Amino acid sequence: MSPHRVFPLPVWAGQDVGRSCILVSIAGKNVMLDCGMHMGYNDDRRFPDFSYITQSGRLTDFLDCVIISHFHLDHCGALPYFSEMVGYDGPIYMTHPTQAICPILLEDYRKIAVDKKGEANFFTSQMIKDCMKKVVAVHLHQTVQVDDELEIKAYYAGHVLGAAMFQIKVGSESVVYTGDYNMTPDRHLGAAWIDKCRPNLLITESTYATTIRDSKRCRERDFLKKVHETVERGGKVLIPVFALGRAQELCILLETFWERMNLKVPIYFSTGLTEKANHYYKLFITWTNQKIRKTFVQRNMFEFKHIKAFDRAFADNPGPMVVFATPGMLHAGQSLQIFRKWAGNEKNMVIMPGYCVQGTVGHKILSGQRKLEMEGRQVLEVKMQVEYMSFSAHADAKGIMQLVGQAEPESVLLVHGEAKKMEFLRQKIEQEFRVSCYMPANGETVTLPTSPSIPVGISLGLLKREMAQGLLPEAKKPRLLHGTLIMKDSSFRLVSSEQALKELGLTEHQLRFTCRVHLQDTRKEQETALRVYSHLKNTLKDHCVQHLPDGSVTVESILIQAAAHSEDPGTKVLLVSWTYQDEELGSFLTALLKNGLPQAPS
Amino acid sequence: MKLYCLSGHPTLPCNVLKFKSTTIMLDCGLDMTSTLNFLPLPLVQSPRLSNLPGWSLKDGSVFLDKELKECSGHVFVDSVPEFCLPETELIDLSTVDVILISNYHCMMALPYITEHTGFTGTVYATEPTVQIGRLLMEELVNFIERVPKAQSASLWKNKDVQRLLPSPLKDAVEVTTWRRCYTMQEVNSALSKIQLVGYSQKIELFGAVQVTPLSSGYALGSSNWIIQSHYEKVSYVSGSSLLTTHPQPMDQASLKNSDVLLLTGLTQIPTANPDGMVGEFCSNLALTVRNGGNVLVPCYPSGVIYDLLECLYQYIDSAGLSSIPFYFISPVANSSLEFSQIFAEWLCHNKQSKVYLPEPPFPHAELIQTNKLKHYPSIHGDFSNDFRQPCVVFTGHPSLRCGDVVHFMELWGKSSLNTVIFTEPDFSYLEALAPYQPLAMKCVYCPIDTRLNFIQVSKLLKEVQPLHVVCPEQYTQPPPAQSHRMDLMIDCQPPAMSYRRAEVLALPFKRRYEKIEIMPEPPPRPTQPTSSKKRKRVSEDVPDCKVLKPLLSGSIPVEQFVQTLEKHGFSDIKVEDTAKGHIVLLQEAETLIQLEEDSTHIICDNDETLRVRLRDLVLKFLQKF
Repeated sequence: MSPHRVFPLPVWAGQDVGRSCILVSIAGKNVMLDCGMHMGYNDDRRFPDFSYITQSGRLTDFLDCVIISHFHLDHCGALPYFSEMVGYDGPIYMTHPTQAICPILLEDYRKIAVDKKGEANFFTSQMIKDCMKKVVAVHLHQTVQVDDELEIKAYYAGHVLGAAMFQIKVGSESVVYTGDYNMTPDRHLGAAWIDKCRPNLLITESTYATTIRDSKRCRERDFLKKVHETVERGGKVLIPVFALGRAQELCILLETFWERMNLKVPIYFSTGLTEKANHYYKLFITWTNQKIRKTFVQRNMFEFKHIKAFDRAFADNPGPMVVFATPGMLHAGQSLQIFRKWAGNEKNMVIMPGYCVQGTVGHKILSGQRKLEMEGRQVLEVKMQVEYMSFSAHADAKGIMQLVGQAEPESVLLVHGEAKKMEFLRQKIEQEFRVSCYMPANGETVTLPTSPSIPVGISLGLLKREMAQGLLPEAKKPRLLHGTLIMKDSSFRLVSSEQALKELGLTEHQLRFTCRVHLQDTRKEQETALRVYSHLKNTLKDHCVQHLPDGSVTVESILIQAAAHSEDPGTKVLLVSWTYQDEELGSFLTALLKNGLPQAPS
Repeated sequence: MKLYCLSGHPTLPCNVLKFKSTTIMLDCGLDMTSTLNFLPLPLVQSPRLSNLPGWSLKDGSVFLDKELKECSGHVFVDSVPEFCLPETELIDLSTVDVILISNYHCMMALPYITEHTGFTGTVYATEPTVQIGRLLMEELVNFIERVPKAQSASLWKNKDVQRLLPSPLKDAVEVTTWRRCYTMQEVNSALSKIQLVGYSQKIELFGAVQVTPLSSGYALGSSNWIIQSHYEKVSYVSGSSLLTTHPQPMDQASLKNSDVLLLTGLTQIPTANPDGMVGEFCSNLALTVRNGGNVLVPCYPSGVIYDLLECLYQYIDSAGLSSIPFYFISPVANSSLEFSQIFAEWLCHNKQSKVYLPEPPFPHAELIQTNKLKHYPSIHGDFSNDFRQPCVVFTGHPSLRCGDVVHFMELWGKSSLNTVIFTEPDFSYLEALAPYQPLAMKCVYCPIDTRLNFIQVSKLLKEVQPLHVVCPEQYTQPPPAQSHRMDLMIDCQPPAMSYRRAEVLALPFKRRYEKIEIMPEPPPRPTQPTSSKKRKRVSEDVPDCKVLKPLLSGSIPVEQFVQTLEKHGFSDIKVEDTAKGHIVLLQEAETLIQLEEDSTHIICDNDETLRVRLRDLVLKFLQKF
């Protein structure tokens, strides 16, 4: 068996926040981690290049499983394309909330891409359904046996509802993939947690590699302040959101703020998916943070008091209001309609809480454009204030370090971040934890050596024999012992040689040596034997030396007999006899006796 | 490996397993049947129950009349109800490392164990088990604390007194271990020691033992447990069900290849078919209501009630009951109904897929929304305003000794229009009714126990093939009331080992292997520490005979051996045949080699070089082990 095995890691999620898709080969198993789409592209670059995995042959044959960490499209958006259009029929693992929400977001995105933008070569609704049929839902901390050797386990990751980190384990080798995570509990989710599982490799996202969280609380305060100021001066606030995820967090944020400040300005949420979305949060409340879970019977945080369903007619109401409207990029639908109505008034404000794809109205106004050409050559002048505020819940540098400390990996691999920031973090990790840290570029392969340990079953008989020698095994220190390793049906057993012979139906072949040692001694044989006995007894204090009634002497299992010399009466012959197993002692004794016996005290 | 059996109740087990130097408690069930010996705790002042005559011994001594009261021809203890605890003296419970909980009914003794025995370990349970277990405890504490009773009876427990009492008090067992209910503070402290686990999660205990909960199909979050080392496996099967109700189906495959399977928590009513019982329940309910009567269903606040509500949801419209109010009265009614909707991951597939829509998994959400089902924390407050008859009331406690159910028994017992339907199998309904006799109301017994019956058990055992089965003694013989039913017992080969309360069993276990890790290359030989101590020189050189040499196997063909000798420069070789083999003589070297089937003997002068050369040539023909 070779002392080192390797696992190559072609990484697609390298230094780019665009999309995640990582291939891990561990001890002969191939696992794909996430299957994201790039929201910034409208062409082939949108999906990962799956021909990279295997040039020939089917993906199903090559991949043992696919794991999806959470429902954001940059982590699962390419899944129907991958499974239905490229072709993959193996298992896809994700948590229950991800399984519930993922198809809805995929369908949403599909509608925008195909129905609104008229894109061809995109997956269909049926493909999303077929793809979801291949999904196997996992519980947190459940050990899922993918096959006899490959097992995976999900840990809580925070970030969004149902987000998970995954441990992938084959034998004694393991990899942990974090997906996106956050280490501080936020308004509705708990903090990521992992046990000290000591993986060979930890693959962590590094979106905020250099930020030491000033940030979330400040951003929240900032957000509330801006909203508050705007409504105070009678303006209207538009917050374009996607129905799931950030929307709920912002709602909780505003709801508690309104409650605390006793504000009466109405908050609306555009109808449709919203109620449904909140329902998901209610039903999967066990995935939210401690506080929400504890109080949900008395008060479900996702049943909002201040936030009411929006009606199209409300947009023309006078006076201040706050409206959450879908979709999040202002490219269509209700959010765009409201935007057009409110854009001309400088008292109003639009807050973009997330990323916007190129070509959308959202992207245009964020990049500073203030004159927008709408359909029918109409030009819309944007006088309202435009704010961008990122609320995505990612771990910051401190959080990443914390997770590395929790899991105690042998090495770390950074993905999902920008090269410069990652370099800073890489150095920090190497300094603080003294482990190697990698940051591959897109498409680059990292290969890690591992030193495998080989678990075997040792028979208790053999183990007890070892213990009987008085040497208790010292923890974590190797020691030498003799036994026979039997390999059968992929199990390894270490047994005593006797048992091995017995199990294999073999008999022992005894190899015995008898050496003649000539001694100058005129006395009788019995006396010679007695002299040999007392000499050895004196010399070998740690051994069992015995004088037997028949006149022979034994040292442990070595037999010494004295005989007369056939020709020379002044010489006695000592016959020293031992088996192969006692060879060292036997050969030592003959050498010792050859030197003669000490003079007997006269 | 030893099993300490602390409870004799087959469905409320409490056992301690000592396995590879870990001490693991399996469940801590609380036997509440003891409460049947106590008077009910009325919520509203009951003239009948408060003016009962005291009971005195036949010899006329009256010292017991404060403690014992005569009611409906039976004698009851007039004090705060007490529960029969698991054995606490059989083993030092402070040495227990972990407690594994299999379902919420089997954790009711937890506060007694964790708070009063010096226990410092960890408790493992699934999230639904903990949440619903908390509700059950909360309800129990609330029921008992709501009716404060100063008196705590103890005189009757004196052995000499007890044997003079009428049945069933005379026959009550372990009365000295009976304790009053715990407080909410103790409950909270006990529950804070629980660590949440998920199905199929592998939990390492001290690196020696791994424990894993498996879905058992009986209740929300209910589990069986695998306790295993690398080479030994014990399966602990507690309340399990193969019926399709609301929980995730039972995981049977993972129980395979057990050395020992500890089997507890089978159905308490092996002769009743749960589906049939549900049908009877519905028809009796409908009949009573149609005739203008009320229906009382004494029940726990979680579990079968979810299934009953679901049946009623499908049934009420077709049975023309849509105008009849359904009341669920319990201090934890609201919590129980809310909690049931958020454990999607622990539900059967059908209910799980509802959540994906997203819709609440249980239809009682709709019953509540449409005002058909109303829930109240107690009969006081809002309920008294909303109360309309005829109606159906679900309320506890199923023992009829405490809780709101006591009030309804007093209220409705006198009318034959009303019906009480017993669905919980934990208490004998006749004993439960004893203090309310004589009753005019109808009593229907529809026990719904979805746990394994003996046919399912024998199928399961055939499937998973454990080497040994261990079970409570009740399962190794037919039930006392049906002693001819030989099919109502466990039948397996080898026969199941049985246990009873306060027994210690040595489990038939042969540990033969232990896990170690080997390194691809041998470690460097440890260098002898150069000690400065003075020693005799010779003994320092004495080889360590503890270094084992391999055993040899094989045989030596004489002709090839002689050829080899010749090739290596030995001449003058003579071979003699003997009875068992051959003797090879090297005349020049005065050396003799006896070759036999299973042995070789080299006899030579003291010439180490020669001996080693010959040895190596012999070894060429042999395999080392």
